Amino acid sequence: MHPPDSEKPGLSRRGFLKGTGLSVAAVGLVKSATAAQEAPAAEVPTLSAAQTHEISFELNGQTTQAKVRTGHTLLETLRDQLDLTGTKLVCDQGSCGACTVHLDGKPVNSCLVFATDVAGRQITTIEGLAKNGNLHPVQAGFLHEDASQCGFCTPGMIMSCKALLDRNPSPTRDECKEAISGNICRCGTYFNIFRAVDHAATLMKGGR
Amino acid sequence: MEADRKVKLVLGFGDQRREIEVNVPAEDPIPWDATTKFSVVGTAAPRADGVAKVTGRAKYTHDMNLPGMLYGGFVRCPVAKATINGIDWSAAQAHPGVKAIHDFKVKQTRYAHQHLIAIAAESRQALEQAIALVKVDYKALPHAARFEQAMVDGAPQVHANRPNIEAYSPSGREKAVQEAMQSADKVVEATCTTQVQNHCSLESHGIVAHWEGEQLKIWASTQATFGVRRDLADAMNVDEANVQVICEYMGGGFGSKFGAGYPGLAAANLAKLSGRPVKVMLDRREEMTDVGNRPDSVQTMKLGVSKDGALGAYKVDIVGTPGVGRGAGARNPMIYAFEDRLVARTERAVATNAGAQQAFRAPGHPQGSFALETILDLAAEAIGMDPLEFRIKNDPHPTRKAQYKDGGARIGWKNRKPNGSEAGRFRRGFGVASAVWYQIGQPQGAEVLCRILRDGSVQMRNGSQDIGTGTRTLMQIIGAEELGLSLDRVVPFIGDTRDPIGPGSGGSVTAPTVAPAARQAAYLAGKELRAVVAKAMGASADDLAFSQGQVVHQKDATKSMAFADACKLIDQGEISALGKRSKNFQAFEGTVGGVQFAEVEVDCDYGIVRLKKVVALQDAGIIINRRQAESQLNGGVIQGISYALFEERVMDRQLGQMVNADMEMYKIAGAVDMPEIESVLYDVSNGGNTTGTAGIAEPTMIPTAAAIAGAVHNALGVRVTSLPMTPDRVLAALAQKEKGK
Repeated sequence: MHPPDSEKPGLSRRGFLKGTGLSVAAVGLVKSATAAQEAPAAEVPTLSAAQTHEISFELNGQTTQAKVRTGHTLLETLRDQLDLTGTKLVCDQGSCGACTVHLDGKPVNSCLVFATDVAGRQITTIEGLAKNGNLHPVQAGFLHEDASQCGFCTPGMIMSCKALLDRNPSPTRDECKEAISGNICRCGTYFNIFRAVDHAATLMKGGR
Repeated sequence: MEADRKVKLVLGFGDQRREIEVNVPAEDPIPWDATTKFSVVGTAAPRADGVAKVTGRAKYTHDMNLPGMLYGGFVRCPVAKATINGIDWSAAQAHPGVKAIHDFKVKQTRYAHQHLIAIAAESRQALEQAIALVKVDYKALPHAARFEQAMVDGAPQVHANRPNIEAYSPSGREKAVQEAMQSADKVVEATCTTQVQNHCSLESHGIVAHWEGEQLKIWASTQATFGVRRDLADAMNVDEANVQVICEYMGGGFGSKFGAGYPGLAAANLAKLSGRPVKVMLDRREEMTDVGNRPDSVQTMKLGVSKDGALGAYKVDIVGTPGVGRGAGARNPMIYAFEDRLVARTERAVATNAGAQQAFRAPGHPQGSFALETILDLAAEAIGMDPLEFRIKNDPHPTRKAQYKDGGARIGWKNRKPNGSEAGRFRRGFGVASAVWYQIGQPQGAEVLCRILRDGSVQMRNGSQDIGTGTRTLMQIIGAEELGLSLDRVVPFIGDTRDPIGPGSGGSVTAPTVAPAARQAAYLAGKELRAVVAKAMGASADDLAFSQGQVVHQKDATKSMAFADACKLIDQGEISALGKRSKNFQAFEGTVGGVQFAEVEVDCDYGIVRLKKVVALQDAGIIINRRQAESQLNGGVIQGISYALFEERVMDRQLGQMVNADMEMYKIAGAVDMPEIESVLYDVSNGGNTTGTAGIAEPTMIPTAAAIAGAVHNALGVRVTSLPMTPDRVLAALAQKEKGK
């Protein structure tokens, strides 16, 4: 038996994040391993005001303020602080696409984006797609084609599909596969998703 | 009291129909059969919770943010086996963010990263810090993380109280089998191995626990709400009546989420200790190492066959590893016409120092199917018979018999060349494999409450869950069908143990268990409404029926009235009826059949299997929702493709660690791996219950890997006998073929 081959360079990205970004957690982990044996608990770094940052950004069209801690990801900020829980945490390393949101109109894995890096920028999440109670055509396509089973990958999938249609209004099947190749659906709903994209493309061109 | 009725039903499909007389209890409606005309059943209805899912509004356990909620997590033992001498959590306890610690009181660990204590803290960061502050004093012990380590003489014993190898007693048919082998025209032998597969549900195992006085309120990512209720009532010593389990949405389970488990015990205890709500969600590594998997297998087979393709004796020895759990048998279902007395089966479960197995979509079947279909293909090859013809000859099931012919035409089986006759770098091949499943539902397994309200809207309520299969929509459709309403008049509720009992979603039982109870509930509530209307209009209730939003007077159409107007006649505000799940009655075959075909192109320079097309034909009973049934069939095939070509838990034998416990290195089929899939649902009136519903989550995954293996065999002229069929294994098989020349 052998390790399976990998097509994606995720480990290095994860290493980068853990190595540089999550300094609070990382220092805590490293220090505490020895601290527990030799030093009292007072040595443990605790959260202080110095480690929080106030950021302002545009979230789903609204100017939004958030207090974020050093090393906080955009995903944590959205889910834990702003209670926008449509965006899901699954692999926590950029391998599955469940946390996909748009940063300045481009799809990103929000588990790999530092919250401090979005200051002054535009974020769109799944909650920001429907306008005035009307589903976005991609959402309507997913509904029409039953492109959810358990539904957990759905928000990330929809954000990847929307990004595809924003840059390419008439994608081929192969272009569609490529666009969601970073999104894993464990229930196996891919075909319905392909058809949902086709349906959405028609809707976006004014068809029915 | 009304009497039971004898009713003649037409069961089966196409030209395969039979008339069967069954006894229908008074409280049940006349069962649906092949002659029933439906209005919404069998259409492609949208998912009742589709809008919630596409807008991100659907709240999973993962999404719960309660006021004052703490985050729970685990301190784990890093090595594969150890004695725990002591755990010093004083520093963690002194951390200002830590609010509670629960000790599982583990004295000896038996697999890497086994949980030892649970901590609840104010934030994720505080939790991470606290976990790192705990000092575990342990002594590492020799381990056996893989079966070849666990089976040798003198191997480290995994469990203190039992040997590593648990053998199931032989069938007693060894002598008859041996004699039959001697008289067979040909005897073929093969050994197949399959890998450990991880469930890798996207939503990890998780629970939020919140005590309100004596009452315990739980949000759980589970496939058995009532199982969680029972587990936690037992563990926390409270009445089940005081435990409420909520699971409105859950992000996949595939067999791994039946009980409260240790995350549930941790959350409930930490919440009790801290007096605050506690959320425990496993991270991805924990999800992949400590909450279940499909066991691996080594299956050694011998099959006798006659020159004309009749099966003789079959002998199989199965070894599998449940980790520290129990039972790892591959199921070799005898769907082909083996004579029972000529099958000898031995099975050994080998304990290893690895996470315990759990049920996983058709437990035992995909691995058994891969091996059994392998030996069948080898037997067909040995006697020079077409493998499809070989199956048609030996498989007696009427549905599968039709599916072999239908699927063969759809995949283009006539283009199949003899095994190994292709040359060059890219070689094409075709394969076929089959499945059986058993479910027509659990008698007495569910109750559904139907409420007809004065404004003409209807509720259908059941406390079981939807693991992605569409339970909510199923209840909505059945209520609408029975009461002659459009779907928007029926509001379904699931996922709360305050509603009536429902099954755990295992064995594909949910749909065939809940559907008949839902139908009875709507039928009984409707009967009461008919009585109210009959009294008001001076008609006989027997003359009234529900159709197209009307209460129709079948003899005098002028007396018909709108359903909503009829509901205004309800005095007491609403009518409600509890539908129960009656016993199963006679079924068409008692099992549901499925057949899958695969076409591949193998790149022989690089050993890459490129799947071109899969044709999947599945008996789906009376189909309640065509769109969701098709989704499920596709999903089964795709998980089967992933099992066939990509997924594999990799254990480091020296360290006893899973080295690919993440979604980067544990490979799961993605969009770019998708071939063309032709999904063919067979509407079969199977009988068995009043709705004729069959569960199809499991059979749809069983034969995929075996069909692909058959196609690879056909392309290469040599069998790849090990899963997943990765390039190294394909190249090794080719090399072996070259060597054999």
